[in-house]
Amino acid sequence: MKRILLFLAFAGLVGCSSGDDSDGGNQGKDSFDRQAMLINWADNIIIPAYENYTEKLATLNAQAEVFVTTPDESNLNNVRVAWLEAYRAFQYVGMYEIGKAEELKLHSYSNIYPTQVDGNAVDADGINQNIASGSYDLTALSNIDEQGFPALDYMLHGIAETDTEIVNLYLNGSNYKTYLTDLSVRLKSLADAVLADWKGTYRDNFINNKGNTATSSTNKLVNDFIYHFEKNLRAGKIGIPAGVFSGGTILPEKVEGYYRNDVSKLLLLDAIDAANDFFNGRAFASGVEGASLKSYLEYLNDIQEGNNLALLINVQFSTAKNMADQLSESISAQVQSDNSVALNVYDELQRNVVYFKVDMLSAMSINVDYVDADGD
Amino acid sequence: MNPEENTYFNKYREAAPLAVFRIFFGFLMFLSIVRFMGLGWVDKLYIQPKFFFSYYGFEWVKPIGIYTYLIFVFCGLSALAVAFGFKYRLAIISFFLSFTYIELMDKTTYLNHYYFISLMAFVMIFLPANAYYSIDAKHRGNIAYQKVPAWTIDIVKVLLGIVYFYAGLAKLNSDWLLHALPLKIWLPSKYNIPVIGSFLEQEWVHYAFSWIGAFYDLLIPFLLLFKRTRLFAFALVVIFHVLTRVMFPIGMFPFIMIFSTLIFFSDRWHHRFLSIISKYLKVSKSYFDNGKKLVMSRIPYVRFKLRLLMLFLIIQLLFPFRYLLYPGELFWTEEGFRFSWRVMLMEKAGYANFIITDPNTKKSYHVDNSNFLTPFQEKQMSFQPDFILEFAHFLHDHFEEMGIDNPEVRVECYVALNGRLSQLYIDPTVNLAKEEESFAHKSWLLPFNDEIKGL
Repeated sequence: MKRILLFLAFAGLVGCSSGDDSDGGNQGKDSFDRQAMLINWADNIIIPAYENYTEKLATLNAQAEVFVTTPDESNLNNVRVAWLEAYRAFQYVGMYEIGKAEELKLHSYSNIYPTQVDGNAVDADGINQNIASGSYDLTALSNIDEQGFPALDYMLHGIAETDTEIVNLYLNGSNYKTYLTDLSVRLKSLADAVLADWKGTYRDNFINNKGNTATSSTNKLVNDFIYHFEKNLRAGKIGIPAGVFSGGTILPEKVEGYYRNDVSKLLLLDAIDAANDFFNGRAFASGVEGASLKSYLEYLNDIQEGNNLALLINVQFSTAKNMADQLSESISAQVQSDNSVALNVYDELQRNVVYFKVDMLSAMSINVDYVDADGD
Repeated sequence: MNPEENTYFNKYREAAPLAVFRIFFGFLMFLSIVRFMGLGWVDKLYIQPKFFFSYYGFEWVKPIGIYTYLIFVFCGLSALAVAFGFKYRLAIISFFLSFTYIELMDKTTYLNHYYFISLMAFVMIFLPANAYYSIDAKHRGNIAYQKVPAWTIDIVKVLLGIVYFYAGLAKLNSDWLLHALPLKIWLPSKYNIPVIGSFLEQEWVHYAFSWIGAFYDLLIPFLLLFKRTRLFAFALVVIFHVLTRVMFPIGMFPFIMIFSTLIFFSDRWHHRFLSIISKYLKVSKSYFDNGKKLVMSRIPYVRFKLRLLMLFLIIQLLFPFRYLLYPGELFWTEEGFRFSWRVMLMEKAGYANFIITDPNTKKSYHVDNSNFLTPFQEKQMSFQPDFILEFAHFLHDHFEEMGIDNPEVRVECYVALNGRLSQLYIDPTVNLAKEEESFAHKSWLLPFNDEIKGL
């Protein structure tokens, strides 16, 4: 009997205390549907972005074929246009390094820059050696920096001084034609494989893996997203050329589209937009916002009575974009003329890295990748 | 203190509870070690990293490459020997030393319950846990006793009680009680757990869990102590630990606590338990029931041991309060946070961007932490000041080797605590290469922009 009384006293104590202290704001509130977020990501953002990307690559392939059949300046320009369109479309898929894309290393095989033009002590083969020998395996890891958009950039803008000279190289050398075609086909085959997987079984696996473990879809993709934002976008596109990681020594050759030399700002802005759209759950085609990291944070913010983190992040996105708008078309030229503009962009992007890695992961209780030791 | 005259020290109890405790402790430690090795954590946590975070004063304790496995094997075998009561004194000393060595190798992996294991193993060195139902007692009749001084059992209870009670005290703060933090952050993310998942998003559940958790920790030692409430308390222990095991990745700890609390049960219960085991193992339990009493005076160096353990307990009672000697918010500075049974109190995360400056050329370099640290180390480093300082010194040495004379190391570090917006954590103008680790307050920590009231 005493035992029962004690239990009741204990339960009563706990009951009252908790009753007194909760202000009852969210008790009836519906919970956040994480699977809806995964579905929105898969169906409205990722798959449409890949569809768009593969279409752009199909055009690139077609234009490259026309050009190698009939090398002239007009056809060269058409390939260049198609290359830029595909490169821009790539900015919208590069961050989803999950599933087949992760397995095939889609991002690395498509966009390592600077591309390796000539062999060196570390790696004997560059693009020029590949072209000269005519024997190379683009699926080999050793050729990872001799392909993708940066290699195409060199093939379309960098192999000679003038357009006439470039066309002449293609007219006189079948190896140039083959290499250009191979690069273009390789990009498309990678993207096709990833899209086919999403449209096959992967989409369902993705949306049903809705838990909160290290391998669940939300955790993995959020980690991928942050990694992309920090390493590929903030560091790769602006920090490295601005010398942030090299003691202030600017590295103007380490930009996207270096040989074209007037698209690095455009590609940076596209990548910021793509990241911002993903954060807001903005559908690729319609632009309508769905369940997203933003709405998840807003939901958690209501529970946790915290700061409006989603708003802060979006404000920071705008600030970074406004700052990036002030860059010259070529980040290479910008860091050489006035590096402070580039450093400002870096700082604004950096602030969002902190919001993502510290505040957002903390609010969502998402672990940093691969950390699976015990806690206490 | 004169053990012969003091009536408490002349009280005797059956040795069975101590023997059962020894058996469970040994086997669970053995399993923990096997599990740890089986999960590949030796390699991941102690062999792959290029850099290890040391405890102040224990910088000499480092993993020894591939031979680190031997330490684990040694530790596991010692635990097994403890369980069997085989060469017990040697086994428990080996276990204490190897386990503690493992924990000191890298403070990234610090867990309160590992600390608890080290403390318990230390105390067990001085207890006659092999007097009953052990291989030692079987083979060396002169050390076999059916009864032992009561204090040798009570001290285990006191240690367990301290863990619970201090964990409860630590919860008496405004974040835990008035804001249900950090459970309010953690529980909703466990939405995927069957049955209870949907409740975990309800605000009242966050408060209920916080308050029940605090009361549980504060009361459970006392509920276990009294016969009337013992069974109820044990049921709570099981429910509480199973629930936390389901919700959080806390490894073997719940099982260790569940089995440890059995020591609060009566002599009769322990005898019955050993009878059942004896039947299965075909061991003659009656052999150990020799009626002999290990009288205090027969324990070698008993006065020394008692004084040592007394001092140990006083330190245990005072040590968690050392944070009072430091200015600033404990959760923020973490000065006096570890080794104090502060469990599950904070959702804390940080981001540390180190900047190396060459004082001659004034050129600055941003460091990519992942070149030196594993993701786990980077995560732990980025919100704990002593880790940040140690890593800063490592970077100083590294860049000096790379040819920079006297490199300056600064950090741009943001930390978020219990759902508050991240704020700058460390004075970004301070050259950390010039700051030394010590037990004194770290003046380069920036103040916390909020207040957490309570203990």
